[in-house]
Amino acid sequence: MAPRTPLPATPSAEPAAPTGPTLGRRRFLAYVAAGAGLTMVGRFAGSSAPAHAFPQPADVLDLSDILQLSHASNVMDFLIRITPENRVYIETPKAEVGQGITTAMAMIVAEELDARLADVDSQLSPAEPDRIVQLTGGSNSIILFWTPVRLVAALLRTRIVTAAADALGVPAGDLVTRDTAVHAPDGRSVTYAEVADAAARVTLPDTPPRLKDEADYTIVGTPTGRLDARDIVTGRAAYAADRGVGQALPTVVKRPPQIKAPVRSFDDTAARAMPGVIAVTEIPTGIAVTAETFDIALRARDAIRVDWGPGALAGVSDAEITEQLEAALVPSLVPTLVGDVLEGRFAFPYVSHAPLETNSATADVRADSAEVWAAAKSPIKLAQDVAEAAGLPVDAVTMHVVRGGGSFGRKLWSDAGLEAAQVSKAIGRPVRLMWDRNDDMRHSRTRPASVHVVRALLGGGRVLRYEHRMSCAAMDATHGLGEAITANGEAMFPGGFGQSIWHTTQKLNYDVGPVTHLLSETELHIPTSAWRSVYSGASGAVNEMMIDEIARALGRDPVEYRLAELTNPRMRAVVEKVAEEGGWGGTLPEGVAQGVAVHDEYKAAAAYLVEIDTRGPEPRVTKAVCAADIGKVINPTGAAAQLQGCLIDGLSVMLRAGLHVDDGAIREGSYADFRWARMRHAPIECDVHLIDSGEPPGGAGELGVPAASGAVGNAWARATGRPARRFPLMEHGGA
Amino acid sequence: MTDTTISRTRSTPRVIPFELNGERISVTAPPETPLLWVLRDVLGVTGPKFGCGVGVCGACTSHIDGEAARMCITPVASVAGKRVTTIEGLADGDDLHPVQQAWIDEDVAQCGFCQPGQIMNAAAFLARNPAPDDAAIDEAMSDNVCRCGTYCRIRSAIKRAAAGG
Repeated sequence: MAPRTPLPATPSAEPAAPTGPTLGRRRFLAYVAAGAGLTMVGRFAGSSAPAHAFPQPADVLDLSDILQLSHASNVMDFLIRITPENRVYIETPKAEVGQGITTAMAMIVAEELDARLADVDSQLSPAEPDRIVQLTGGSNSIILFWTPVRLVAALLRTRIVTAAADALGVPAGDLVTRDTAVHAPDGRSVTYAEVADAAARVTLPDTPPRLKDEADYTIVGTPTGRLDARDIVTGRAAYAADRGVGQALPTVVKRPPQIKAPVRSFDDTAARAMPGVIAVTEIPTGIAVTAETFDIALRARDAIRVDWGPGALAGVSDAEITEQLEAALVPSLVPTLVGDVLEGRFAFPYVSHAPLETNSATADVRADSAEVWAAAKSPIKLAQDVAEAAGLPVDAVTMHVVRGGGSFGRKLWSDAGLEAAQVSKAIGRPVRLMWDRNDDMRHSRTRPASVHVVRALLGGGRVLRYEHRMSCAAMDATHGLGEAITANGEAMFPGGFGQSIWHTTQKLNYDVGPVTHLLSETELHIPTSAWRSVYSGASGAVNEMMIDEIARALGRDPVEYRLAELTNPRMRAVVEKVAEEGGWGGTLPEGVAQGVAVHDEYKAAAAYLVEIDTRGPEPRVTKAVCAADIGKVINPTGAAAQLQGCLIDGLSVMLRAGLHVDDGAIREGSYADFRWARMRHAPIECDVHLIDSGEPPGGAGELGVPAASGAVGNAWARATGRPARRFPLMEHGGA
Repeated sequence: MTDTTISRTRSTPRVIPFELNGERISVTAPPETPLLWVLRDVLGVTGPKFGCGVGVCGACTSHIDGEAARMCITPVASVAGKRVTTIEGLADGDDLHPVQQAWIDEDVAQCGFCQPGQIMNAAAFLARNPAPDDAAIDEAMSDNVCRCGTYCRIRSAIKRAAAGG
């Protein structure tokens, strides 16, 4: 197999138990690892002892406050290495699926280390199963890493300066670090690489590690393009299915017409007779075909005759699903007969994640080891699954986390990686396994379908009480995060992981009296997953559409109402900004209207203003403005990209795209019928205004979906004069 | 239930010569084989991506004699004697094509998976219409899906390239 990580992830030296003061409940360790050059690893304590390293008591720092800030007590480490070529090589234990984490991490390290950004090689860490959890989700990467990464870089810089002082014969306090080198007042300088070995032996730095003053930043906060942009625009960027061409054999899986239907029997005679077919393998999810090319594999797949048993939802269609979800709604406590009650009932279909890269992975399972390449957001879970399937100990599995072609929550699951390993083990050859688009629509995961009932009790010109009941198909969270949180004793709410997430994310920051949000989940056997912004994508949009209806019922302007009744100043600020930038309150032709919505989550807040023109054959979002307060911004360009993407998600889900279920099968098969927005449906411009509130970094990746969705719903309702109730609106016309 | 499937056999392989990214090559393949799989699996040219296989997403878009075409629905025999350019062949050595440079300058890509196809479509479009308005961009670029939602930046990059960078 050709692809390998450029450098071994684990340095070699004798392990020693970490020592040092325990400050609070947890500790944070930064330690120098021996080996060529200088490598520093940061690790949250609480996992097994860091292997192959020399912990330094002086390097033990208290980060309990940072852990408090993180959404989960993630235990993960990251690595910074100065190479002999004076490159700064960093590994982040996250997936890169377009959110820009590799660029943001490089910026933070370069800033704190005083390295040139162009000198940083930012890579993804392979799975390391001794981490309790290695997971990309919940928009928490920057929240989690912001301080620890800077601390490790600062420690590294201190060591380098100490070694340079020795080499140059100049007191450390007189030296300046700049451009990946240490400079003396007399003009002499040494590169970091030149003193790396000496720096690794430093036991007591000459100067205490101090975080750089944020006022001196030249990289963090500066608009920066993706570091891998050139690879992407030249076609060199390699995704899972691009790996191992020529060695790993193209493989596809024949899957059933209905969801989760078992194979009763099959006849592969014709398929096996086709030139170029190498193997036909029955695996738990279907019949895998391995061939010399994907063209042959796809044709051979179609030539297999299968007698399928009934699927898990045979006989179930949309109507039955809606019926079940409505029956599971928790009854409202606001009586409809008393006072002035405003009620809204909303319904969302299942929605595919539909990343442009279908589920794909490369795997090479041998007798005593296995190697897998996948864009896994939960790679430890995949490594464990592969180990079990291959009959190997988990430490015999090397799990490379490779660049992913979009995720939106889908790549929390790595079914393709497991399937590839199953086939590779069975046939004794490396394989490249790829789902075709029909598979990815019909057998992949979905945002759970949901119905919502909201009641607001009005009196004296205001809201006295607000209730939101959401009933949805159960969201599957068995990808590793749920277990990790439970293992850490943080499942605070009875009813499991979904309830924990629900109760920690649902809030309504308006002066509307007592608020209750209740969730009921029903297992309906259509595979689900968190979908960008999890429950809030639907529930947050619903709240914001109700706020518009409440404002209307009270005779108030939607923006004025928000500015008056929002209890969160960060939310008020972003609403004010979009109203100002978007020209709220102007005169528009009939059939054209603006809508505004706001949401806070991930220690951040975002508002959108969108303008919709409903006069043509299809509603068109003609204008969009976003304002967001995500606290400290690492990369304004990357953050804006996320918020622009969330707008397209919002308008697609609210207006255009949804899945249908017919007799236990998903109807949609590709982008022709899953009508995700294209260029002609997107606004000409989508300006994003980032507001500096002085808060620490929040999460931007998922933040925008609820507000963007709510704003689209509100604009559509104002343009058509009809309430937005069932989605996508182009299909249901609102009702 | 038993599904009804049709065995899709291919014709006898034949030698098909064409020019790929400036190099004259020939492949031996059944003539109706989609060019995408010849490029990716036989020739190891992985810039064109598989996104749908039926010509509705544009991720495999490349050029045939300078015109944008979808490799997943282009039979290999149809390019016999023609010039095929994939994203790998768009730049002139280390000198990026203006559209590639505009994509970097506008920081268009997020996950990047669709972008080779978007860039190839945009490059062919601008060659045809060097000063497009928004309606023309809508028309030309709506054949390509970007699931990350980079459309506003794609539009800006096209305008930037049209304006000469």
